[in-house]
Amino acid sequence: MYRYTIKRILLMFPTLLGAAVLVFFMLRLIPGDVCELRMAGTGMFVDKEAIATCQQNLGIDAPIYVQFIDFITGFFTFDLGKSMWTGKPILHEIGLRFELSLQVAIMATLTAILIAIPLGTISAIKQDTWIDYVVRTFSIAGIAMPSFWLGILIILGLLIMTQKVFGDPWMPPIHYTPIWEDPVANISQLIWPAVATGYRYSAVATRMTRSALLEVLREDYVRTARAKGLLEKLIINRHALKNSLLPVATVIGLEFAFLMGGLVVTEQVFNLNGLGKLFVESVTNHDYTMTQSLVMLVAVVFIFTNLFIDILYAWLDPRIRYS
Amino acid sequence: MRNTRMKTLLIAAAVLALGLWSFAPVEAAPKKGGVLKFVVGSKIPSYDGHIESTFGMIHPLRPFYSLLIRVNPDNPASPTDFVCDVCEGGIPKPTEGHTKYAFKIRSDITFHNGQKLTSADVKATYDKIISPPKGIESNRKAFFSMVKSVSAPDPKTLVFKLKYPTGAFVPALALPYNFIYSKADLDKHGYKWHQKNVNGTGAFRFVQHQPGAFVEGKRYEKYHHKGKPYLDGYRAISAPKMAIRLQAIRGDRAAIEFRGFPPKARDDLKKALGDKLTVQESDWNCNLMVTPNHKRKPFDDARVRRALTLAIDRWGGSKYLSRIAIVKTVGGVVFPKHPLAATKEELTKIAGYWPDINKSRAEAKRLLKEAGYPSGFEFTLHNRGVDQPYKVVGTWVIDQWRKIGLKVKQWVQPSGPFYATLRKKKNFDVSIDFNCQSVINPLVDVSKFISDDRAGNQYAEYQDRQLDKWFDEMNREPDVKKQRAIMRKYEKRALDEMAHQFVTLWWYKINPHRSYVKGWKIAPSHYLNQHLDNVWIDK
Repeated sequence: MYRYTIKRILLMFPTLLGAAVLVFFMLRLIPGDVCELRMAGTGMFVDKEAIATCQQNLGIDAPIYVQFIDFITGFFTFDLGKSMWTGKPILHEIGLRFELSLQVAIMATLTAILIAIPLGTISAIKQDTWIDYVVRTFSIAGIAMPSFWLGILIILGLLIMTQKVFGDPWMPPIHYTPIWEDPVANISQLIWPAVATGYRYSAVATRMTRSALLEVLREDYVRTARAKGLLEKLIINRHALKNSLLPVATVIGLEFAFLMGGLVVTEQVFNLNGLGKLFVESVTNHDYTMTQSLVMLVAVVFIFTNLFIDILYAWLDPRIRYS
Repeated sequence: MRNTRMKTLLIAAAVLALGLWSFAPVEAAPKKGGVLKFVVGSKIPSYDGHIESTFGMIHPLRPFYSLLIRVNPDNPASPTDFVCDVCEGGIPKPTEGHTKYAFKIRSDITFHNGQKLTSADVKATYDKIISPPKGIESNRKAFFSMVKSVSAPDPKTLVFKLKYPTGAFVPALALPYNFIYSKADLDKHGYKWHQKNVNGTGAFRFVQHQPGAFVEGKRYEKYHHKGKPYLDGYRAISAPKMAIRLQAIRGDRAAIEFRGFPPKARDDLKKALGDKLTVQESDWNCNLMVTPNHKRKPFDDARVRRALTLAIDRWGGSKYLSRIAIVKTVGGVVFPKHPLAATKEELTKIAGYWPDINKSRAEAKRLLKEAGYPSGFEFTLHNRGVDQPYKVVGTWVIDQWRKIGLKVKQWVQPSGPFYATLRKKKNFDVSIDFNCQSVINPLVDVSKFISDDRAGNQYAEYQDRQLDKWFDEMNREPDVKKQRAIMRKYEKRALDEMAHQFVTLWWYKINPHRSYVKGWKIAPSHYLNQHLDNVWIDK
C-alpha cells in the first residue's frame, strides 16, 4: 500500500508537467493580451507607448521559452508570481477565494450525500414501486436541470415569494462573509448555491447508489444472509450498503474535485467570489499567470482526490490491496 | 389715483410671488449617515487612475481621490461646466495669448495620511501623467500634448504653460482619472506605489478591498468641501453579471449601479418596485461605429462606404432600437449636446442622416451600381461578443444593409480576440467599433477619425491628411465659432464625402436606483460625477 501511494505521488510530476505545457501554450493561442485589454478595451484613446511599457513590465514581450521556464520554475518552487491583472500575489488572490469554494464544495457534497444515499437505498429496496418511480424522476430531473438554471430559479423565486409575503423582495447576500464573522449571513448566502449544485450532484449519486445496491442485493452472500434469517435492515446496513458504496465514493470524490474549481457558472449566478469566478475572470482578462496557476491547482486537487478515493477503496473493501 | 393703483398692483404681485414661493417644492436638506451599497459590473485592475481606463476602477476608487478641477456635481449634464476641486475660485482665465493657466490651490487640504496638500503635489501628479519616467505607464499622455510646462512657483500656485492655445486643455484637466497623488508618496515609494496603495484627499478614506468582492470606504472627516460627504461610508460590490446587479437593486442588496441598464431592465425594476425606484436618464458620451477596412476590396472605394452609411435609417433606429437597447440619440462625430455638435438641420445634410430613408437607399443602390455591384455583394461584419449594445446594433445594421441588396454575416468575438483582430490581425471586412469617452472633449474625442499613423484607435486603416490638418487647426483655434466651422467640414468629410467610418447611434444611459439615494445626478458618462461627496441616503 505504501509503495503504491509513493508510486502514485511520483506519477504526479509528469501529469502536472503535461498539464503545465498544455495550459501554457493553449492560453497563448488566444489572440490579444492583458495590456491591450486594460488600456484599449474601453473605446478611449489608446496610448501605444503605454501598452508597450505595460507588456515590458509584465514580461509578455519576452521570448516564449523564457516565459515557460519562468512559469515551470515558479510552479515547482511554489512561487506562483503575481496576477497580471491586479499585480497582487497569486497565492493571496487564490487564498481569498479558496475558503469560499471549499465551503460551497463541502456544503454541496453534504447535501448530495444526505439526499443521495437514503433515496438511492430506498429506491433500490422498493424497486419498481411508485416510490422508486418518484425517486428516479426526482434524480433524472436533477441530472437534466443545469445547476445555474436552478440557481436563477431559486433567486427569482425568493424575490417573488418574499415580495408577495412580506411586501419587500429579499435576496441572499451578494458578498461573502466568513462563517466565524457572521454565521447567519454566511449560511443565508451559501445555502442556495449548495442546494443548487448539491441537487444535481445528488441526482448522479442517487442513481449510482440505486444501481450499485441492486447489484449487491443480487449477490450470493446476501441471499445466504437472508436464508439464515438475518433481519432485512441488518442485511442492507451491514452487508449490502457498505459494499455498494465503492462506485458512489468515486462519483462523490470526483464531483467534489470538480466543485473546487468548476462552479464557473453557478458562482456567477450567485455572485460568489470563488475559484470558478476567478477562473472565468482570469481567462477573459488574459491573465496568463493566474489562469496557469488555477489550472495547476485544479490538477493537483484532482490528483489528490483520486489518490484519496483509491485509499478509501481499500478501507471499504479489504479485498482490495494495491500492492 | 394712478399711484394707488400702481401700489395695489405691486402689493398683489408681491403677495402672489410670496405665495408661489411658499408652494414651490423645496428640496429636502441632505441627511448625514448611512452606508451606500452599489454594484459594479467590471473588475479592478490596479488602483492607479493614471494607467487604468475601466469604470471598474473609477466607481470604487474615485471617491478616495480629488482632482484639480471636476465636472460640476450640481450640473453634470452640462458638457462645458467645470468647477474647482483642489483649486479655489473658478477656472482661471488664460493669459499670454491663451497659453498660460495659473491655478490657485486651496491651503486647507490634507491627504488621508495627514500630510498637507500643496501645488507641488499637483505638479508631481501632472508630471507623472504627462511625462512619466521610462518604464512607467501613463495612458492619457496624449490628452496633454499641448502642455509645454507645469510649474509650482509657490505652495498655492500651479501654472500650466501651453505650446499653443487650445480649447481641449481645460476639459482634459477634468478627466476623472487624474487622481491627485502626494509628491512625498511618489518620491518615497516610487511611481508604482499607487497601483496597490491608496492615499488621496477625496471624500472617503480607503478601508479595505477584497479582490473580486468589494471595496469599502469610510467618510474622511477633514474633507475640503465643508459639510461633505454626507455618507458614513460606501461599499462597492463587484457583480459582473447584469442579472445579479438588477436583482441586487430589486432585493435591496445594493441601492444603485452607476453604469446603466437597458430599457427592459428599467421597466422590469419599475414594475417590481414602483415608487421605491427612481430612474435617471441621459445621453451618453459613447457611440457605436461601423468601421470598414480600407485595405480590403471593395471597401477601399468611397462609393461603397457611402452606400453602407446611406442604407442605415438612424432616425427610425433611434425610435425602435431605444426600446430594447442602450442606444438612442442620433448624432454626428461630436456628442449631441455639446456646442460643437451638429444641429439636426446640419445633420440631415450628411449622408446617412437624410430624413427620407427611401431616397437615401435609392442613392446607396445607385452608388453600388456605379462601383460595379448592381446586385450587391457578400461580406462579414466583425462584432464584439457583448449583447448591449454591440450584438443588438450589429444585427440591426445587417438588416439595414440587406435592404440595399447586401448579404452580411456576423462574426462575433470575445473582447480580447475582438481587439486583437481590430488592432493587430486586421483580418476583417467591416467591424463594429466604439468611441467612448469620459469628459466631453470633442476636440480630442474626434481624433478617432484622423489618420491611423497618428490616432491610436483608428482601425479603418486609412490616412487622410486633410482631416489631420483640420484636426490640428481646430485644436489650435481658441475661438469656439471658428472651431465649430472647422468641425462641420471635418464631420462632412469623415462621415459623408469619404465615409471613412461612420457613427450608428449614440448610447443612452439609464440609471434606475432606489429612491432613498439622493444627491447623485446622472452625467453623460459613467466615468463622471463618481466622487460621491454629494450623495446621501433618505431613510
